Amino acid sequence: MSSFETVIGLEIHAQLATKTKIFSSASTAFGAAPNSQANLVDLGYPGVLPVLNLEAVRMATKFGLAIGATVSQRSVFARKNYFYPDLPKGYQISQYEKPIVEKGRMDILLEDGSVKTVGITRAHLEEDAGKSLHEDFQGFSGIDLNRAGTPLLEIVSEPDMRSAKEAIAYLKKIHTLVRYLEICDGNMQEGSFRCDANVSVRPVGQEKFGTRCEIKNLNSFRFIEKAINYEVARQIDIIEGGGTIRQETRLYDPDRGETRALRSKEEANDYRYFPDPDLLPVAIDTAFIDAVRRTLPELPDEKAARYIEKFSLSAYDAGVLTASREMADYYEAVLAALGAGQEKLAANWVMGELSGALNKDGIEVTASRVDAGRLAGLLKRIVDETISGKIAKEVFESMWAEDKDADAIIESKGLKQITDTGAIEKVIDEIMAANPKQLADYRSGKDKLFGFFVGQVMKVTGGKANPAQVNDLLKRKLAG
Amino acid sequence: MTELHHQTLAELAAGLKARRFSSVELTRHFLSRIERFNPELNALVTITGEQALAAAAKADQQLAAGAGGPLTGLPIAHKDIFCTDGVLTTCGSKMLSNFVAPYDATIVEKLSQAGVISLGKANMDEFAMGSSNETSFFGPVKNPWDLKKVPGGSSGGSAAVVAARMAPASTGTDTGGSIRQPAALTSLTGIKPTYGRVSRYGMIAFASSLDQAGTLTQSAEDAALLLGAMAGFDPRDSTSVDTPVPDYTATLDQPLAGLKIGLLKEFFEKGLDEANGKLVRDALKVYEAMGAKLVEVSLPNLPLSVPTYYVVAPAECSSNLSRFDGVRFGYRCEKPVDLLDLYKRSRGEGFGAEVKRRIMTGTYVLSAGYYDAYYLKAQKIRRLIANDFERAFGEVDVLIGPTSPTPAFDIGAKVDDPITMYLNDIYTIGANLAGLPAMSIPCGFLGGLPVGLQIIGPHFGEAKLLNVAHRYQRETQWHREIPQAYR
Amino acid sequence: MSLTRKDVENIAHLARLAITDAEMPEYVDRLSKILNLVEQLDAADTASVEPMAHPLKDQVQRMRVDEVVDSDRHEKYQRNAAKVEAGLYLVPKVIE
Repeated sequence: MSSFETVIGLEIHAQLATKTKIFSSASTAFGAAPNSQANLVDLGYPGVLPVLNLEAVRMATKFGLAIGATVSQRSVFARKNYFYPDLPKGYQISQYEKPIVEKGRMDILLEDGSVKTVGITRAHLEEDAGKSLHEDFQGFSGIDLNRAGTPLLEIVSEPDMRSAKEAIAYLKKIHTLVRYLEICDGNMQEGSFRCDANVSVRPVGQEKFGTRCEIKNLNSFRFIEKAINYEVARQIDIIEGGGTIRQETRLYDPDRGETRALRSKEEANDYRYFPDPDLLPVAIDTAFIDAVRRTLPELPDEKAARYIEKFSLSAYDAGVLTASREMADYYEAVLAALGAGQEKLAANWVMGELSGALNKDGIEVTASRVDAGRLAGLLKRIVDETISGKIAKEVFESMWAEDKDADAIIESKGLKQITDTGAIEKVIDEIMAANPKQLADYRSGKDKLFGFFVGQVMKVTGGKANPAQVNDLLKRKLAG
Repeated sequence: MTELHHQTLAELAAGLKARRFSSVELTRHFLSRIERFNPELNALVTITGEQALAAAAKADQQLAAGAGGPLTGLPIAHKDIFCTDGVLTTCGSKMLSNFVAPYDATIVEKLSQAGVISLGKANMDEFAMGSSNETSFFGPVKNPWDLKKVPGGSSGGSAAVVAARMAPASTGTDTGGSIRQPAALTSLTGIKPTYGRVSRYGMIAFASSLDQAGTLTQSAEDAALLLGAMAGFDPRDSTSVDTPVPDYTATLDQPLAGLKIGLLKEFFEKGLDEANGKLVRDALKVYEAMGAKLVEVSLPNLPLSVPTYYVVAPAECSSNLSRFDGVRFGYRCEKPVDLLDLYKRSRGEGFGAEVKRRIMTGTYVLSAGYYDAYYLKAQKIRRLIANDFERAFGEVDVLIGPTSPTPAFDIGAKVDDPITMYLNDIYTIGANLAGLPAMSIPCGFLGGLPVGLQIIGPHFGEAKLLNVAHRYQRETQWHREIPQAYR
Repeated sequence: MSLTRKDVENIAHLARLAITDAEMPEYVDRLSKILNLVEQLDAADTASVEPMAHPLKDQVQRMRVDEVVDSDRHEKYQRNAAKVEAGLYLVPKVIE
């Protein structure tokens, strides 16, 4: 195995989050009754014509700017001709020779902590196809064209990735980015974010790429990793067995965990691309591009760099917090309410207790039962020593369950930290009186017993005594 | 009173306004002529008598109330390439012989809103591919001037229906001459406007970058009236151009003194019938008498327009016609054994031979290994031809020449030789490739058969073309001739 | 140039057109003739000529605002379909 190198390029299809189709004014909403959102244009009715959706162009431009790419001021729609039941016109309108976005890049963080740049060859606009439903209608397949004409941004990478892990890292970065930009909802189950992988292997040291296979139908990060690894092993097996790889399109079967050649795509395709005569060249000027640029949010990499520099977070923490715009927004809302100087505390809580609770309930941060203001309210009580970190976890659980703010729970459950020196001294005195043997042993040199006394104080105070004060007072009292 | 069917649209409009007759009377008159003559001419595929009479009654109410526009209450026929909501729209094909369009084409909608009444749908070459109306699934259309002759194509039904005065005017489409050539062969005035002037929405596409809708009428004045109501920007057609539509009738009478007429050297050189050429030269004398100046111009790349066209048009058609797959609309073969069989037989059985030839030609010129040599090359030559025209219009106001190399030929004479058939369009194709407006007007007869004069203008020069045509029609009476049997 | 029967069969397959054996020779002959006509294009010098895809100069694509204006009319649209069930268009089983 080690004598082969894997080469992976990805083609990502991101459905753009427009309200209407790319060339028609029918809705793109998911889950409607079959063909209820396919209008005459989507159905390819005789005589109808496409008209381009401005929002799709704007979104593609936004993506291009975010990956540092060239946004073409003139792009052209072409027809890709082939017959398939989910393709009503017998051609797909796509960009071929002149895509709207060219030559971008995306940095990914490798496991060893180093950064790798993956080249993005192009991103172009095109229309999605409909769906063939294979449930049996007396030997027939059913065709639903609701999805036909939904705008897609096809993002084509260079063959720059060398392992399934790198491919996943790149894919996740793109996934994060399109959601940051609010140009795609990223929903892989509904097919809003899909990926085809071009996979080949070559002997280490060989410059020429091996013959590649294209794997289709990859709709979860887990499947993609499995599919690539399966495909790599399959290709190496063939080569080591003296065989050659046939260039083909393969389908990943998640039930069997393997890829298989696609029957319908066996014949060599001749797509007969030519400029679509129903559509004119798309011209966008610098004013348009600049206006789109002004709508760009702080991008994930910029945000992470800021967290590292300004908040002294680790690269890992910064990466986790910026992995989704919603999570970062939440974190920053906590910071805003909490005040400066507590970035690390807030980061630990957002990545720890909060993320744990979200995962447990299987909900997104936007649906969190504890909003950023309330979490900040809780953290403030740690900062001002009203409660300890340990009690705070208890309070958080109650906040999650009861929809109350931290102070109300601290108050009602009497969890307020004891910081009254006299009160703590009184407890210590009682404990020393009740444990004469341990006191004697401690004083004769058994330092380890200090922990015993701390434990006893916390037990009596129900964990509410301020730990720092307990330490100080105990040290003084036990010393006699 | 002059017979209703001897009157032009403009005259009928005046009659309606003056309440000399009602729209219902007018509509009945033409419906009865259709009933009488259509069986022998086969000009209309569908006759919508009931709807027409209902619309006429509505128009009469409007007219009685002093409302309505200049076209309210006038009946016409639509080429069966335009989608008409709830009405069979066949495009002359078996493929669409059962197709009821669920929407109106923009021009159908616009004319209907202007109060125009549709008498029915006119026969045509299948998917507008043909120059003789012999490729129609519904059989050939006969030329009212001689029933043995073709009426031209592809708007052959639209031409015959007006030539035999079964309707005072009709709509057509012109991809390579499909309005002008039938107009020439039936003694009508046909105009193909500038590409983008009239919406293509709802017009079943043959070759999208060449197709343009227009009219077949008895006079340039009628063309001005009807085109004015059809033209204009349509947000549903990305290639429709957003420039105001002038009142074409306002400039019809402008004098032509000083008009510079370009004579295309290439048009008079070869392929033109001697006698035909003489009629064109006679017409030019009429213009000279009106003060126009004749200038010979050369368009060196124009002779390549036929081969250029027969790459570009089939390429676009091969893709445009892929949607006819037997699934959502149109003909579906019996008992397909699998998907491939469904596609191949539905299309193989649903399309006629000429359509299949063009689809295959187009498929071939776009396919891997041939794209550059054929399609890309043709697109480059198309630019050279367009540049030639642009240069010419730097020197002259309009170009005038023949519309068709010969008058109407016998039905069946050219069906076995596609190349000879294609060469019928030798004078008309250039305007389509360059997107220019062009007209054909009657300029005489040869052996009893009409001959057309073609006038080509610069982009958006329709008003000038109509003016040039109208002034000729003030000096001559060729356009008022009606075939003996249909007077 | 002359097309072979095999060429025409390939083109017909790409275009999804069933051509019967009896019709084939005529298609081979006529398509060859059409290509011969088209070959006149070879003579023209087109070096440095920009291909022309649209007849009008300087026209660019107009864009539409992103607003839903369509309602569900699938029953009307499906009246033209040969085989429909449960709102779906039916085709012989699709095998991937």
